[in-house]
Amino acid sequence: MAMTRKKKRLAVIGGAFAFLTLATTLTLFALGQKASYFYTPADISEKGVAPGERIRLGGLVATGSIARAGGTDVSFAVTDRIETVTVSYSGILPDLFREEQGVITEGAFDASGRFVADTVLARHDENYMPREVADSMKARGIWQEED
Amino acid sequence: MIVEIGHFALVLAFALSLVLSIVPIVGARIGDQRLMAVAEPASFAILGLIALSFAALTVAYVQSDFSVANVWENSHSLKPMLYKITGVWGNHEGSMLLWILILAAFGGLVALFGSNLPATLRANVLAVQGMIAAAFLLFVLASSNPFARISPPPIEGRDLNPILQDIGLAIHPPLLYLGYVGFSICFSFAVAALIEGRIDAAWARWVRPWTLAAWAALTGGIAMGSYWAYYELGWGGWWFWDPVENASFLPWLSGTALLHSAIVMEKRSALKIWTVLLAILTFSLSLLGTFLVRSGVLTSVHAFATDPTRGVFILMILIVFIGGSLALFAFRASTLTSGGLFQPISREGGLVLNNLFLTTAAATVLIGTLWPLLVEAVTGEKVSVGAPFFNMTFGPLIVPLLLAVPFGPLLAWKRGDLYAASQRLFVAFALALLIGLVTLFMIDRISVVAAFGVAVAFWLVFGALTDLALKAGIGKASPSVMFRRFVGLPRSVFGTALAHAGLGLTTLGIVAVSTLEVERIAVMQPGDTLDVAGYELRFDGLVPFDGPNFTEEQGRFTYSDRSGRERGEVVSSKRFYPARQMPTTEAGITSHGFSQLYVALGDRAPDGGIVVRAWWKPQVLFIWIGCIFMMVGGGVSLLDRRLRVGAPAAKRSKPARAVEVAT
Repeated sequence: MAMTRKKKRLAVIGGAFAFLTLATTLTLFALGQKASYFYTPADISEKGVAPGERIRLGGLVATGSIARAGGTDVSFAVTDRIETVTVSYSGILPDLFREEQGVITEGAFDASGRFVADTVLARHDENYMPREVADSMKARGIWQEED
Repeated sequence: MIVEIGHFALVLAFALSLVLSIVPIVGARIGDQRLMAVAEPASFAILGLIALSFAALTVAYVQSDFSVANVWENSHSLKPMLYKITGVWGNHEGSMLLWILILAAFGGLVALFGSNLPATLRANVLAVQGMIAAAFLLFVLASSNPFARISPPPIEGRDLNPILQDIGLAIHPPLLYLGYVGFSICFSFAVAALIEGRIDAAWARWVRPWTLAAWAALTGGIAMGSYWAYYELGWGGWWFWDPVENASFLPWLSGTALLHSAIVMEKRSALKIWTVLLAILTFSLSLLGTFLVRSGVLTSVHAFATDPTRGVFILMILIVFIGGSLALFAFRASTLTSGGLFQPISREGGLVLNNLFLTTAAATVLIGTLWPLLVEAVTGEKVSVGAPFFNMTFGPLIVPLLLAVPFGPLLAWKRGDLYAASQRLFVAFALALLIGLVTLFMIDRISVVAAFGVAVAFWLVFGALTDLALKAGIGKASPSVMFRRFVGLPRSVFGTALAHAGLGLTTLGIVAVSTLEVERIAVMQPGDTLDVAGYELRFDGLVPFDGPNFTEEQGRFTYSDRSGRERGEVVSSKRFYPARQMPTTEAGITSHGFSQLYVALGDRAPDGGIVVRAWWKPQVLFIWIGCIFMMVGGGVSLLDRRLRVGAPAAKRSKPARAVEVAT
């Protein structure tokens, strides 16, 4: 009752502003927490990655490295022709997961230094090379576009 | 020859669209009737030419004319006829042609039904449509020509990507594009209003049906895409927060906001400037979506073969249209006068709240989607923003909106009574709470989050029913009077209730499948069994099968329920398409009520078994059933436009009537 129109309007604007501030804070916090950086095996040996930090690891699936343990556990090596990282994964691999094909895995190193992936992406196209993988391999002069 | 006619028609359409972009605007400026009158015939002619061009490409596909590079790259003579036709837009060039065809069709509809629009507004709207068409026609002709020939022509085509050889391709892209491109009409109206510097309630009456139609189509397109990915990719997921999914979700969010703010503008003449801005932003987000999908700047399952020149071209279109329209907005928005005042607690206030939440949620999704591009441009580091980010931000932002939805329709215009609305919603609230508590205590091992989510879903459904019941006069009139009032309610009231209830059903499906899903993964030999949420799945073995353009190994399963009774068979297979040397997974899915049993095959294990991944997806179908409710709600609201505005029955053009009442 006592509120004037001006006060009411201020309250509404203040409320909207508070909401937007909250949303911005949440977004920035989530970006800091949940965005995962992309590394190639060579990046990892150069910069190092703390155990438990969620990252994306990309490269080519090394020839002859796909090993199936019992059950659904599988391990394979991801290489950028400089360094190689062995990845453990449990689950169904994508249809186009093959040796010498580009792949992106998402997960973290465990305490013993093993990379445990919970997601393996190999896209549904036979010519596919993940862009991040192609770019970093081009930057290192290892991979040229075939056309 | 047919192919060359198609190509030529496309060039002609481009030339005509240049005429359409200039002549009517000049006419409107200097008040020349004859110049303005160019708009309609030009719009029809462009539509006719592009339809001819599209038909020519379709003929090339149907006849498997491999001398056309596009057909050779994406078709195969053994491909079933349905996929030969849908393959027309299963590639970059063809899908852009479909985009333009739909754009031209919308322009044609405005020209057809626009006879009662003010002449200058009509001329300006069609001219802006012409500008969009010219830009995209130039893009297709210069960098994505679907009619390019190759010599000598190959004997056999390279086949369509097997993932796309599905009925989903027949429905998903056309519906999605109807939505994307439908918003171009809202954009053209907004720009035309800014050019004229005049806007009124009649403008909103005109824009609303187009927004509704585009929004309903986009809802259907997104839902269809989601269901397609769910059953085709074999990952069992229905939404991945993939950049391309976000690209379609962004215009949906802002389109939903536009739908609601246009109501305020139509009924109360308020929020004019905001509505115009939303109309511009919604189509801008559609353009951004087209850019993200077509340029391949973001890693996604959707990007076709990428070509940097195309990305740059679309980026330029993006900059010209978004930058141009926003600059026009900045210069002219102040000329649009603001309308009716209202209290914070009112129907208008509720709709403003809706807009605040939806646009903020859209901004969050936009930031998350573009963040990797931004980080790479600034620091050179590559970063990915995935589902965890969106779940953390979008979820908390959208839940308060879901809680607020049932209040909106119960508040009066100008000054509402929140206390009275709460009292009226008490029954809905109590029932939703009860269902939430029952879920919490009766279903084993369920989390508080799941129970809360289920309660929110039912709160939305019961809230929508409460609105209908109250408007029919429950408790105040005899049943027969109530029934008559119920039947006589405006169609838009039904539309609102259907859409809001649909939102509740979709929420229910999402909550149930995210919190109660059961996943099992095992290596199975023939004869092995696997327990999936009380169902026993028995692997009967692999059977080879030859399709028209693929071979497959079908994994056959029999499943029985707790009592041991056999319930049926599931067939899940691994396909191989020799033309592209490409394997695919065909999931086996059976429905039980609204829940599904979902079985996907993995690789062969070294010991001869096969990896099997099986899910129990509780109430998963509600995700898409809710979307169908929203679509139907949009359609029902559209019908209302014809009836409520009450023009002579002989005329069929609904928007025309809107204008008659306005004047």
